Amino acid sequence: MTLTRREALGLTAGAAAFLTLAPRIAFAAAEETEAAIKAFTGGATPASGKVSLDTPEIAENGNTVPVGVSVESPMTADNYVESVMILADGNPAPGVATFHFTAMSGIAEAKTRIRLAKTQNVIAIAKMSDGSTFMDKKEVKVTIGGCGG
Amino acid sequence: MAAPKPRVKVPKKASKGEVITIKTLISHPMESGQRKDKKGEVIPRQIINKFTCEYNGQVVFSCDLEPAVSANPYLEFNAKVEDSGTFKFTWLDDDGSTYSTENKLTVE
Amino acid sequence: MAKIMKINVLSAALFGAGMTAVVMTAPAFAEEGVKLVIDGEELTTEVAPQEGNPLDPVRSGWTFRSEETQALETDDFENPGFPLVDYGEELWNTADGSTGKSCASCHGDASESMKGVRASMPKWNKEKNTLFTLEDYINLSREEHQGAKPWKWESQEMLGMTAYIGLQSRGMPVNVSIDGPAKEWFEKGKKMYYTRYGQLDLACAQCHEDNQGTMIRADHLSQGQINGFPTYRFKWSGLGSIHRRFKGCMDNIRAEPFKRGSDEFTALELYVAWRGQGLSVETPAVRN
Repeated sequence: MTLTRREALGLTAGAAAFLTLAPRIAFAAAEETEAAIKAFTGGATPASGKVSLDTPEIAENGNTVPVGVSVESPMTADNYVESVMILADGNPAPGVATFHFTAMSGIAEAKTRIRLAKTQNVIAIAKMSDGSTFMDKKEVKVTIGGCGG
Repeated sequence: MAAPKPRVKVPKKASKGEVITIKTLISHPMESGQRKDKKGEVIPRQIINKFTCEYNGQVVFSCDLEPAVSANPYLEFNAKVEDSGTFKFTWLDDDGSTYSTENKLTVE
Repeated sequence: MAKIMKINVLSAALFGAGMTAVVMTAPAFAEEGVKLVIDGEELTTEVAPQEGNPLDPVRSGWTFRSEETQALETDDFENPGFPLVDYGEELWNTADGSTGKSCASCHGDASESMKGVRASMPKWNKEKNTLFTLEDYINLSREEHQGAKPWKWESQEMLGMTAYIGLQSRGMPVNVSIDGPAKEWFEKGKKMYYTRYGQLDLACAQCHEDNQGTMIRADHLSQGQINGFPTYRFKWSGLGSIHRRFKGCMDNIRAEPFKRGSDEFTALELYVAWRGQGLSVETPAVRN
């Protein structure tokens, strides 16, 4: 398909408009996300493993992105997952949700639907009853609808 | 607009020690505090900020929610049940309102 | 003002890019031939066209969506449109207006009296001598039979009621009549479908007929079927009407949109509904 003159003009002007608009939008900086992780773990760096995030590779719309998390744990009274914090490092604020489990949860799994302002990392940090922490991270590409519709 | 309405899906029966899946959804705009109205003024944040599921008075699962949770917040989690009883689900709104609903479960 | 103009230019530019298929990534589309099954009932999402319909096959918008989006429609609990359906049911049974009647006072059990209603809309109203949408019928009942104020087109009340009534036809094939006096409206809608509008100079057919199935930026262009309305759209974070969707398309092509409930959109609704004859009613559908 060939571009009409009008479309070609729009393309150039649009690119310029995007460049001037983009920096005005503030998003959660890496430091803020880092700080949220440290606050949750008490300063420790979470290990990898045990926790796994289930996210779509690409979301059709950032308003409703399904997110699931599961943590390996026997979930007994003295060995269970206390909580799992979900963060998104490209949103205006990194916090998304924190799930609190108990031994009565049976298994440490939860699902919800979240908002992602743009393509970014979704992070899950699990805190076990012994205080150890584990992390998983997945990138979710957020697409923009056809003609903005 | 209709008042926020909770919906929950819980099995009616389970066997002793079974882990059951619970799904919950509440109609709520989850106004993020990031949007502006037609006059350019920021629409104040108003979200469901806390959800709790209790079984026979004991907390099974709870969740702190931020504005990044989608409108009409959906939560799915599990519960291990040993005895018959009642689930109580509670949602807490930024404006101080609470919404709650209860479901009975028979353990055979 | 300046900002609004910039955004318009931006969407125009991105639209242009989409038409040349400059696409880096695309969502994971569900495999071909996946069936839409809701609570054990299989719905028709692909059907052969009737005579005169240029679409072959006729495909529900559901078939164009990603697996994650599709999944939300297969479970009425997970479908976020249902709280408003519940609200519609509540309104159905609530007395309103000077007569103190509820919908149920005259129409009884909606699962019987409203079965098939959505599938045949919009429909010729002999008494009023014009084409009626479901919204028009609801407000007629409110004003003339309940003595109540009409609902606004896009109000939660109207959306709840159209969703609740629409649900009673779920699984039934779309089957609108274009005979008799409706024919003129059908022809008017058809003409609109192929007429270029707005600063982008586009007709419905250019995207939803000629380019269906291709990518418009990162979005998968559908046939623009309306068998699932009111539909829960992630973009809207709620249910919206057919005419809201039409308005959205016109805004995007930078056209002056017609009003919800206008003769133009009602005519277009009849024509677009006809293009989906045979598809199952999916109300309330879930889309991106």
